[in-house]
Amino acid sequence: MQFFFEVLIGGLLSGVMYSLVALGFVLIYKASGVFNFAQGAMVFFAALTFVGVMELGAPFALALVITFLAMVVLGVVTEKFVLRPLVNQPQITLFMATIGLAFLIEGLAQGVWGASVRGLEIPGIQDEPIQWAMDQWGIGISRFDLFAAGVSAVLVSVLAVFFNKTRVGRALRAVADDHQAALAIGIPLQNIWRIVWAVAGFVALVAGLMWGARNGVQFALTFVALKALPVLIIGGFESVAGAIVGGLIIGAAEKLGEVYLGPMVGGGIEGWFPYVMALLFLLVRPEGLFGERHIDRV
Amino acid sequence: MKLKQSALIGLAVAAALGTAAVQAADQYVGLPSYRVGPYAAGGSGIFGGMIDYFQLVNARDGGINGVKLIWEECETEYNNARGVECWERMKKGGPTGNTVFHPLSTGITYSVIEKAPADKIPVISLGYGRTDASDGRIFPYIFPLLTNYWSQNTAKIKFIGAKEGGMDKLKGKKIVNIYHDSAYGKETIPVLDAQAKMYGFTVKHIPVAHPGNEQQSQWLQVRQDKPDWVILRGWGVMNPTALKAAAKIGFPRDKIVGVWWSGAEEDTIPAGSAAKGYISAGFNVAGTNYPVIKDIEKHVVAKNKSNMEDKSRIGSVYYNRGVVHGIITVEAIRKAQEKYGKGKSITGEQMRWGIENLNIDAALLKKLGAEGFMPPLKMSCANHEGSGLVKFQQWDGDKWKVLTDWIESDQKLVRGMVEESAAKYAKEKNITPRDCSKEG
Repeated sequence: MQFFFEVLIGGLLSGVMYSLVALGFVLIYKASGVFNFAQGAMVFFAALTFVGVMELGAPFALALVITFLAMVVLGVVTEKFVLRPLVNQPQITLFMATIGLAFLIEGLAQGVWGASVRGLEIPGIQDEPIQWAMDQWGIGISRFDLFAAGVSAVLVSVLAVFFNKTRVGRALRAVADDHQAALAIGIPLQNIWRIVWAVAGFVALVAGLMWGARNGVQFALTFVALKALPVLIIGGFESVAGAIVGGLIIGAAEKLGEVYLGPMVGGGIEGWFPYVMALLFLLVRPEGLFGERHIDRV
Repeated sequence: MKLKQSALIGLAVAAALGTAAVQAADQYVGLPSYRVGPYAAGGSGIFGGMIDYFQLVNARDGGINGVKLIWEECETEYNNARGVECWERMKKGGPTGNTVFHPLSTGITYSVIEKAPADKIPVISLGYGRTDASDGRIFPYIFPLLTNYWSQNTAKIKFIGAKEGGMDKLKGKKIVNIYHDSAYGKETIPVLDAQAKMYGFTVKHIPVAHPGNEQQSQWLQVRQDKPDWVILRGWGVMNPTALKAAAKIGFPRDKIVGVWWSGAEEDTIPAGSAAKGYISAGFNVAGTNYPVIKDIEKHVVAKNKSNMEDKSRIGSVYYNRGVVHGIITVEAIRKAQEKYGKGKSITGEQMRWGIENLNIDAALLKKLGAEGFMPPLKMSCANHEGSGLVKFQQWDGDKWKVLTDWIESDQKLVRGMVEESAAKYAKEKNITPRDCSKEG
């Protein structure tokens, strides 16, 4: 039983890391109704820029500020050259544009900072088990994973307040419902998109730092975005809270699945098991746990 | 008017002949490199090292017997389809077609296995690829040179045995094999199982789904199983993630032995302090303290001709592995020229002869400034592996330190398995094995 709980807790904490990436998708989706395929590339770009700036001699805090500014610039440029010309186009067109954007950002990141793999350490936070938990329960809980969970909790709280309690947040939701109607009532669509892409850039930076510290800063950071997809299907594309709950469900299920079901089918099921879960979920609740149910009048 | 026309035609013909004369002194090598994408760090290091060695040979020696090396890169992004596209694009490059193809990818190697004999272009898969292609009677154009995966694994078990105090001490020991869940990762399962039977240890194989950036469940299983040793067979992000996950469960890193694709700076630096003590196999060593690297620094790097953007990577495991690729390519061309004409460009078919008759012994290694840098190599028609020697290195937190001299692999076991597997392939594909006694 102790082993079961160790796998479960490890899975839940891994799930929080997926949620961090999923949050970026939710933000863009809430503001534009588009699944931003480039979110993984943004995570990679942010982490690579951060370590690149640090290599140039900047301290941690300054590198954080410079990278955030770089992400804001990226958001503004994306709005001006990719999104603005596509206002009122079908959502699939915007989705396709983000696919192109993903390749562009990946190439840009490696072009500017090179292809070398870099290490990244968050000062004072080691990815080691907490001795107290080991002594008390014999369960290894990573200090770093707990820190990441704390960061996610703060991020979710701030975003929840931002969306529900501020004028900008309400405007974001209006824009997501109908671009043209939002424009008609005087909501500055371009400003809203710039803001939301900048905030998504900040979330990508946080996710990039966490994943970069865990696995190193390298191209594979773009792959973590793929794990966000089942998280979003389960949690719902429009819900910040859904991204967290979906992440927890996926994290726990894939780890338990790998350990207890994996050996029956030769192992290595972590890659596809979350997608099977998402598929089953789609059959039962297509809008996800916290997603809005859309009823179209025909 | 007619005279003018004839003069122009004459000039054109002379120019064309002149160009042909210049081209005839060139040796074209098409390089299917990858400098962007998930494995760009490995690609840029290895192809960078290989190109720097080619530049050294051109700058210091004036080429190979006066034949200058020319090369062209084709970006594959480690993608099989693109690798095949590059093969097609480059096969007719240069004056005599592509001399040799270095896929630097097991997947691309598999994709061109049947193209190689058809187009008569040899494929060098140095330290990767299809292991049973070591049987040159069945795979005349494929060269998994130096040491194949099965040989490497037998050397690993020898190394572990030595650490335990003798091969007889392996009885009752527990080894976990954590592998990338792909053809590459699964390649060594049969040889490990055979060795487990032979020496009486138990082996458990635990797959990690691609790309391997999540391994918590695998390492929790390791914690529960409490093995004596872990063999790590990863690639890319799987490696630092494994080392971090091992640290998280408190598994000692000096009890993890990785394959050479898990043993570069790109695998340890991202893992930070979690990598300290980790051991890996290798068929080349890291460092700049070898005459061949010193020569590259003098003739190429100092003259701003290095292919490496990041000069700090010169002397790294991947860079030096690229230099090994370069040495073998150049020496095989030199060997082929001995038979087919010194100072002439050779064809792919002639290059195959050059590789099959290559003998890089200790004296030649010394002459090349690569003593201890790479193992000696003796090829033949039947033996496309040529060495089977492995060194082990340990990460001290800052750099790789060589732990052992060259350790011999168990060729009795490996060669038997290679021939059995190659014979199966020959039967499937209806291939009649070459009679090596008749090959010149």
